[in-house]
Amino acid sequence: MAEAAGSITVTVNGVAVRVTPGTTVASATLIAGTQTRVSVAGEPRAPLCGMGICFECRVTIDGAPHQRSCQILCEPGMQVTTRGEPA
Amino acid sequence: MTPAWDVAVVGAGIVGAACARECAARGLQTVVIDAAGVGGGATAAGMGHIVAMDDSPAQLALTRWSQELWHELSPKLPREVEFESRGTLWVAADEEEMAEVRRKQGVFAAAGVAAEILDSRALAEAEPQLRKGLAGALLVPADGVLYPPAAAAWLMGEAIRMGAVMITSQRVIAAARGLVRTDNGKEYSAKRIVHACGAAGTDLLAELPVRKRRGHLVITDRYPGFVHHQLVELGYLKSAHSIASDSTAFNVQPRQTGQLLIGSSREFGAEDSTINYPLLRAMLQRAASYLPGIGRLQAVRVWTGFRAATPDKLPLIGPWPGDDSICLATGHEGLGITTSLATGRLVASEIMGEKPGIPAEPYFPVRFLEADHGSPTPTLYGEAAHG
Amino acid sequence: MSREFDVLVVGAGPAGIAAAATAAESGLHVGVVDDNPAAGGQIWRSGALLPAAAQRWKARLAAAGVVRLQGWRIVDCPEPGAARAERNGAEITRDPESEGRRDLRYRHLILATGARERFLPFPGWTLPNVMGAGGLDAMVRGGLPIAGKRVVVAGTGPLLLAVAAHLTSRGARIVAICEQASAAQMAPLMMQVLRRPGKLWQGASYRWATKKSRYLTRCWTVAALGDERLRSAILQRDGKQWCVECDVLACGFHLVPNTELAALLGCRLENGFVATDERMQTSVPGIWCAGEPTGIGGVELSLLEGQIAGLAAAGKTSAARRLAGRRRGALGFVRALERACQLDPQIRDLPREDTVICRCEDVRLGALLGRGGWRDAKLHTRCGMGPCQGRICGGATEFLFGWHADSVRPPVFPALVSSFLEPDAASELASPKEAL
Repeated sequence: MAEAAGSITVTVNGVAVRVTPGTTVASATLIAGTQTRVSVAGEPRAPLCGMGICFECRVTIDGAPHQRSCQILCEPGMQVTTRGEPA
Repeated sequence: MTPAWDVAVVGAGIVGAACARECAARGLQTVVIDAAGVGGGATAAGMGHIVAMDDSPAQLALTRWSQELWHELSPKLPREVEFESRGTLWVAADEEEMAEVRRKQGVFAAAGVAAEILDSRALAEAEPQLRKGLAGALLVPADGVLYPPAAAAWLMGEAIRMGAVMITSQRVIAAARGLVRTDNGKEYSAKRIVHACGAAGTDLLAELPVRKRRGHLVITDRYPGFVHHQLVELGYLKSAHSIASDSTAFNVQPRQTGQLLIGSSREFGAEDSTINYPLLRAMLQRAASYLPGIGRLQAVRVWTGFRAATPDKLPLIGPWPGDDSICLATGHEGLGITTSLATGRLVASEIMGEKPGIPAEPYFPVRFLEADHGSPTPTLYGEAAHG
Repeated sequence: MSREFDVLVVGAGPAGIAAAATAAESGLHVGVVDDNPAAGGQIWRSGALLPAAAQRWKARLAAAGVVRLQGWRIVDCPEPGAARAERNGAEITRDPESEGRRDLRYRHLILATGARERFLPFPGWTLPNVMGAGGLDAMVRGGLPIAGKRVVVAGTGPLLLAVAAHLTSRGARIVAICEQASAAQMAPLMMQVLRRPGKLWQGASYRWATKKSRYLTRCWTVAALGDERLRSAILQRDGKQWCVECDVLACGFHLVPNTELAALLGCRLENGFVATDERMQTSVPGIWCAGEPTGIGGVELSLLEGQIAGLAAAGKTSAARRLAGRRRGALGFVRALERACQLDPQIRDLPREDTVICRCEDVRLGALLGRGGWRDAKLHTRCGMGPCQGRICGGATEFLFGWHADSVRPPVFPALVSSFLEPDAASELASPKEAL
């Protein structure tokens, strides 16, 4: 699949999402319409603070869990997984 | 004048809470005093490993009995105590340590503690994150894990339900001759005073043969399934007779939350809660040598706590020579969580004049006074494996 | 890459940029460590048109030869003069050559760690699409399309207006701006803002930009509704409640200073802020602090404090003293801001017993009632034990119960275990004046 000029494709839970360079992974998850994590009691959670403080936006990126997605920019081919085990 | 209380327990850690529960259960009028609240000291700092330990026959008798008591209690424990029979894997790195595995199994079997030997392959299957090529392990299925502050709070809640009174707004400044005094001038007269203040006990009884032995712990974020059992190395045996003050050992515990607690370290002479970075590094390098993937986990917190260490690695439980009112319940080193329940039983038996559940003499404080008139000899402090 | 600095600055918002540029222009070797993907902090976050001052200062920083660790965070300070930094996403191994961690050394440390929003709990505040006001702003600057979305902005402080203005310019439909304070309470602050057109957050222009929106004082969100995500919000004003449909609810109750690193380093705090002398030196010699951690005062004051700290660390005492005089004059704004953002006690009654207070560990209000304090709650309920280390629930429990989150334990942010178990491989090779 060819990248459109000036855009990056990442996958969120296996679904391709096209974003502009400079987009955070947290924004990509919101664009994909998904939550970021499941809370310890099983509730869906999504980004809150947008500045790396609250840890609600943690997702798994390329297999590494607990990544603060609001502080990490999308890179081509990144595999983002949300809705993992409660964490 | 008749004392106002039958028993005054000084210290509301898990040991003090267990003592209060046993005393209250026997109808004794019991007051517990601790300015730090319930489970705020070493109880909060420790791992919460319920473990049978066999450094000496007396240690095995106490830990085994207490472990049984925990299992008896477990159906009543609320969810937040997080009690789980995880089992301990005593990991053997080589054939020399496998010999120790077999010896340990024999000792446990004689004491009625079931234990199973895992060979190299079985160990790798049980814990895939362990490094390849380990010789095997001893699995002790009855060993457990719990969250100590919640366990202490539950025990204290039971004591209060049975009539004990808890006082947290005052700090005890003296506790002897049947009288406990606190920093706001209050006095509590009691027939017996139970000293259960762990490593802080020497503030009240200067001659107590207890020293602070600092430990470090690291807790990670949640990684459910990373390891399944409490993992402890047997390698400490090789330096077991070393009296160097600082030591580390591989000791990793999976929490019910999916978090890992990583230990352990031991050092004497450290009086504050600051982190000894070289020791912390050595401790984590030890852990990483057994669990190579541990470096990629996120650590959420690092902290220190103080064990109450005695020269012979056995706790001080029983009458304190020279003051008939005092009964000690301290010096549990790294085994206070495990042995809290048995300690409570022994203390209550002593106060009531009952026959104890196991012979109580090995834990009597008088053993040190007989040996050297009450001043503990620092060189007697050896290595302990755990806690 | 240098690892030894005359001055190490933590944070690249206005205070950090000013401190780093000023110190470097004085001839010192300066490094800046900043958690965000780009410099500017929260207020000068890229992705939108920046005020002239921001462009000027960013250009000065770029020209000053400062070593910049952008997207890195300080996780621990194992000994005086040493700081351990970790790169965000260090475990994501896209480039095997890239470093994930560095041990840095410094002679002077300038803490410009900024502030975070205060989040206060109400039923439904944990639903996806309930965000911080600044939080939503940051997400939009980080690529989230907002055009056509219905947004309720709620909480307190001038930040709400700034966010609403920015979102409006991006095509969002601002349903309401709910300011919990009364108009009378806000008035002295607004007077200060209007009197000085260049004042922080440029209140007047934001007010203009949002004039088509409903700006409601004495108004707050009592609940957010929705199943898997937000559908609507219930607002309250003067005892009257009504429901508005919205796509995003952006809530922020003024700011809380980021003082954790200062506390870890043993710097004295006063009323929750880092105490400094006139030269912005903390109680620990060689450690300086500038910007919001010393008092919430906005961009202008942060720039002044950053310059003072940078000059003072460089030994330029008289220049620092001249700016300290200007700083004294600007401190009135801190007090005006604090008074304007004084929280209505009724907001304490919003959470119900089943409302989550600690989001990391899902500790609900009912579990916290009757607890003796922060430590007691922490030990017995897990409140504040999660990876945010109490940064969110600490601000809430301070307001709800008057608790003070006490001891700070390392790491100051969750850090890789490997950061503690081995030294940074290249740290011995570093030389102080090594080129970038």
